[in-house]
Order: sequence, then structure tokens, then C-alpha cells
Amino acid sequence: MNFLYAAYAATWIIHIVYLGTLVRRYQRLSKEIAELKK
Amino acid sequence: MTMRRLFPIFGLLTAVLLSYALYEALVAAPTEQTMGNVQRIFYYHVPSAWTAFLLFFINFVCSIQYLVRSNPVADKVTNWTVIAIAIAACVAAFVIHPLPQGMEPSSVATTGLAIAGLYFLIKKYFSRERVDALAVVSAEVGVVFCTVVLVTGPLWARPVWGIWWTWDVRLTSTLVLWLIYISYLMLRRFSTSGQTPVLAAALAVFGALDVPLVYFSIWIFRTQHPQPVIGGGGSIDPRMLQVLLINWLAFLCFAGLVCWSRYRLEILRRELEETQALEALLEPRSPR
Repeated sequence: MNFLYAAYAATWIIHIVYLGTLVRRYQRLSKEIAELKK
Repeated sequence: MTMRRLFPIFGLLTAVLLSYALYEALVAAPTEQTMGNVQRIFYYHVPSAWTAFLLFFINFVCSIQYLVRSNPVADKVTNWTVIAIAIAACVAAFVIHPLPQGMEPSSVATTGLAIAGLYFLIKKYFSRERVDALAVVSAEVGVVFCTVVLVTGPLWARPVWGIWWTWDVRLTSTLVLWLIYISYLMLRRFSTSGQTPVLAAALAVFGALDVPLVYFSIWIFRTQHPQPVIGGGGSIDPRMLQVLLINWLAFLCFAGLVCWSRYRLEILRRELEETQALEALLEPRSPR
């Protein structure tokens, strides 16, 4: 059972980490757009 | 209704579907007799692999289109080649009996038509520049799903085979596929040359050749990896197949959602770069 839970947890950790990088990239881009508008 | 308004609705539906798929995989699916509960990794491992293959295929189609759409003759030749592939698949499905490796005639014909459909859909809705953006997006999200495959595989292999990894054809070709697309993403990230999209598209076309090798390796070679469970003479309990397909549908919706967000980000990034370049050009130069 440990391997099963480890596999399911690993899947979602990988997806969440990737989604986190997307959010960070969005924030950085929004900041650059705001600076450009000034 | 705009895409922006549809996004939260689609997100909510995907979350519900993923939760239902998780319940089906962990609770409702029957327990496999030999492996026991650890076999349930199958419901995440296999759909992730199929989703990664589909995304790498989209990357392949986009890369081909990026390369040929600058040349009208090459574009026309590619269009007719895609149509010929679809016709050949339909004809082969009904003429060749039996098909190699126990393939179903209907699945061969459907695959041929789906390839042509996908090619012309992308061509109709994406300009040459947008096709390049879609290529980056599909490769990046494909690498994420391929990483899931490479992580869940050893976690399944350890209790079943007694080893984490073995250098058999299926496992090695999957690792090579992952490395090819990592190199593709690194090329796109770090190369500053104006020729980067063309070089990356050429790399992607060659990289995609590994996808059929990964997929058919278990039919062609004797491998440690199990034989296919559906198609090619494989057998699977109908309830397990149902749970597998529910999970694949959930992962496809999730991949679609992630690709959608990443595509918007890519377009925004390109527009910003264009504006910055334009602003730098228009800025008055300081006297030397």
C-alpha cells in the first residue's frame, strides 16, 4: 500500500510543482507588463 | 461566452472528474489477484503515458507545420501526405487480414482519420507563429506527464519485479524520449538565435520518432515491461478498463486546462517581448 500511496502522491506533487512554476511565471510577467505601462 | 469565462467552469468540471476518477481507482476498481492493491498505480501510470504521447504528437504536428508553412509547395505536399496517410489507414484496416500484432481494423482506421483531423484542425485555428507557441506548450506539459510515468513506473516495479529499474527497451526508450524533450525545452529556453524555432522544430520532428518506438517496443521486443492490456491481443477486466478510461479522460481534461493556461502565458510573453523590442527601437538614442 505504501508504494501505491507514494505513486499517487508523487503524481500530484509533480503536477502541483509545475502549476506553481506557472503561477510564478504569470506573476513575473504581470510585473513586467505593469512596469512597461508606467 | 469567452474562453476566459469558460475557464473556471471547465476547471471545476475537471476537479470533479479527477476526484471521481481517484475514487474509482482507489476504491471502486476491483483488486488484481496477483499484485494486489499496488496494481492500482496502473490507473495513474498508463493514462499519464498516453497523455504524454498525445502531447508529444501535437508537438510533432506543430513542428512540421512550422517548418512547412513558410513554403507553399512544401505545405501543399504535406497536406496531401496527411490525406494519403488517412486514406491508407482506412484501406489497410479493411484490406489486410489479419492486421499485425492483433490490431483492431476500427482502431487503425480511427487513428488515421484522427491524425488527419488533428493536423487540419491545428492548421485552421493557429497561425504559423501560434503553432510555434503551441509546440512549446505541448512539449512542456508532455514532459511533466512523462516525468509522472518515469516516477510511478519504478514505484510500481519495486514491489512487483523486486527492482526499481531495468535497462529494457520500453523503459530505456521512455527515458530517452524524456531526455530528448528536456533538450528541446533547454534549446528553447537558452538559445537566443533567431533560428531557434526552426532548430527546435527540426529536433522535435526527430524526437517524435521515438514515440512509436516506445509504444510498439513491447510488441516487437521481449521486455520486462508487461504486454499491452488493451489492443494487440491484450486482455483486461471490463471494469478495470472502464476505470482506466475514466482516469484517462480526467487526465486529458487536466492536461487541456494546463495547456490552455500555459498557452495564454506564452502568447502574453511573446507580445511583451515584441512591445519591449519596439520600445527599444523607438527610444531616442543618447548623444555620444
